[in-house]
Amino acid sequence: MAGLKQGEPIEELRVTPDKYLPHRYAGASGDFNPIHIDPEFARAVGLPGSILHGLYVMALVSKAGIDSAGGDPRSLRRLKVQFRSMSFPEQEIVVSGEVVEADGARAELDLVAAQGDSRVIRNARAELRTGGRD
Amino acid sequence: MALKTDATGKTWPAYEYEVGREKIREYAQVTGMDDSVYLDRRAAREAGFRDVVAPPMFCVVYSSGALAPALFDPEVEINFAAMVHGGQEFEWGEPVCSGDLITTTATCREIYEKLGKGFYVFESVSTNQDGEEVVRGVWTNIVRGV
Repeated sequence: MAGLKQGEPIEELRVTPDKYLPHRYAGASGDFNPIHIDPEFARAVGLPGSILHGLYVMALVSKAGIDSAGGDPRSLRRLKVQFRSMSFPEQEIVVSGEVVEADGARAELDLVAAQGDSRVIRNARAELRTGGRD
Repeated sequence: MALKTDATGKTWPAYEYEVGREKIREYAQVTGMDDSVYLDRRAAREAGFRDVVAPPMFCVVYSSGALAPALFDPEVEINFAAMVHGGQEFEWGEPVCSGDLITTTATCREIYEKLGKGFYVFESVSTNQDGEEVVRGVWTNIVRGV
């Protein structure tokens, strides 16, 4: 078990989604909103280009949380995020976090997903079960 | 302009989704969930799952079909050109595995205005074939300039 301790950082997750990631995520998720897969459409509605799906970035945040608890998907009980900024393919995303509370059976994390200086998701809260299975 | 809030409390018809192993694999690979329990049936069974297990965030795949009719309902009247996904919350229950039949129901929990923006808050509840809750979601969409 990971042995999460209050006040300690979790291991960072670093991912650089390639140019076509939003297309594959659209296929996997069923969300084909053109702002994610058509740069011309994205620019026509005032965006700098195709943007990543927010729920894709939330999936990266979920992975950082699950990994911190040892990798078992059953450890993630709850995840709450706010989408604060756009994010883009071909730029590194860094998910970092800190243990806010931990008592051996459960832990709560505060997480951030950033791209450069831009915090795409912040004040994310993850509740983990870190003790035995019921 | 006053924000239209008539759809508050409205529930849309349940949406059924049958979970398949290759769809889990596709989703897991795209999102970098590389643990063998998402990809390999034997590894999943050794870890105590019925079959390959879906990553928790796979919930967006089986519940989006319940949310779409809610978002596009003319009674809700969302201005999509000015809409952003503002926040998301999930609380998970039983794990979802390949072969599960998931039923999701969406409800409009709240519509309100704050600082010139419209907030549309939907709740989704998903259960498996045994009636066990697998996830509960709160989806917040924000519309500028209402």
